[in-house]
Amino acid sequence: MGQQERQVIPVLALKHPDTEAPGALAAMVTVIARDVRVSIRQRQDLLNPLLFFVMVVALFPLGVSPEVSFLSQAGVGILWVGALLSTLLSLDHLFRFDFEDGTLEQLALQPQPLFMLVLGKTLAHWLVTGLPLVVLTPVLGLMLHLDGNSVAVLCLTLLIGTPVLSLIGSVGAALTVGLRAGGVLLSLLIIPLYIPVLIFGTGTVIAAGDGAAVSGHLALMAAFLVLALTLAPFAAAAALKISLSSAG
Amino acid sequence: MTEPLLQAVELSCERDDRVLFRQLNVSIVPGTLTRVEGPNGSGKTTLLRIFAGLSDAFSGEILWQGRPRPAMREWANRNTLYLGHRAGIKGLLTPLENLRALTFGRQTCSEALLRDALDGVGLGPWADVPCQNLSAGQKRRVALARLLFSDEPLWILDEAFTALDVEAVAALERLLTERVREGGAVVMTTHHEPDLAMLQRVRLGDVTRSATVAEV
Repeated sequence: MGQQERQVIPVLALKHPDTEAPGALAAMVTVIARDVRVSIRQRQDLLNPLLFFVMVVALFPLGVSPEVSFLSQAGVGILWVGALLSTLLSLDHLFRFDFEDGTLEQLALQPQPLFMLVLGKTLAHWLVTGLPLVVLTPVLGLMLHLDGNSVAVLCLTLLIGTPVLSLIGSVGAALTVGLRAGGVLLSLLIIPLYIPVLIFGTGTVIAAGDGAAVSGHLALMAAFLVLALTLAPFAAAAALKISLSSAG
Repeated sequence: MTEPLLQAVELSCERDDRVLFRQLNVSIVPGTLTRVEGPNGSGKTTLLRIFAGLSDAFSGEILWQGRPRPAMREWANRNTLYLGHRAGIKGLLTPLENLRALTFGRQTCSEALLRDALDGVGLGPWADVPCQNLSAGQKRRVALARLLFSDEPLWILDEAFTALDVEAVAALERLLTERVREGGAVVMTTHHEPDLAMLQRVRLGDVTRSATVAEV
């Protein structure tokens, strides 16, 4: 039947999705490249979460106590909470602009599986928000009088933890993208899911400060990451389909 | 008669407790242009989104080449080009970057091909200017440039003539006519009365009766 059609209409033969379209991985890389490029051109949105992070961390010594004893004890928690909140701040933008200008519709209509493209968007989000936070952390850690070992472990936990935050957040962002005031709902949905990551993240650094072995803690955090990496894109893609279906 | 690409079987859709259409049967056959008609709010866009696979808020069935659309998602997506009200043009990217991002997952296009397409819609000199600096009509042209090199047999166009000047409207009509003659299928909504042969009309908006399909 397909052969017959090809003879009748030679110009518009049906295209085979497996052989006449790029693979899912290549499409994902394109999504990452486009999102990173858009973020770099939108410098304000790029700097906002970072500035927020720095300000939250800088205000604690001023507002509570500049004592070394307080800061070296509370510093880890302050940095982790700051990273968590600034990730949360940028989450609402993850899909919203794409939803409004129709990019999301076009992504959903790609022949590649949507979850791979969503994973690409989430990784791009981590590259422009999570990774800069990790890079900034050593400087802020020194400011809060953390010792070198604690800063190193803190950076490691944030390096494993911030992608988890982005991945979990992508599910919430996908669910609320169609709503006009989705920001508040997004925070309410996501913060409970962030709490385990926060507890294990700070717990690891505190254990390191006490001189305990942290490989077990880190392995548990890595397990979080693997779990989020394998489940969140599917949930986010399903949520996006619902949001798109009820829009327009 | 060739096999229909897309079929709607007993399609019904309700929105906000209002029936948009009921028991609608439409076949989209290669080499035809289907115009979805009806007043504002009669569900034209909703119907096109259902055809494109973006909305599943309906009862009935959508078949791609005689098989249920969800099972044929990859085939249907690869062979359908959908341009909605908002066509996925990013203001921060240039027309060239936009086209590349939009077509990447489908065709591998050389830069020369994309530049030719932008020339074809009169945007050659603007190919490297961020789209936010372009007018509404020019942005629309960026989206429509995809039609010039599209290899998808089915086009679903929602209000394609919006924001275009007289010249561009005439050019788009010529393009659609040629496409239909080549064996492409086009489904579109427009308030503009196209001067095209092989026109199938789907009329929505008369909720007391089922929607009518008339062939002209």
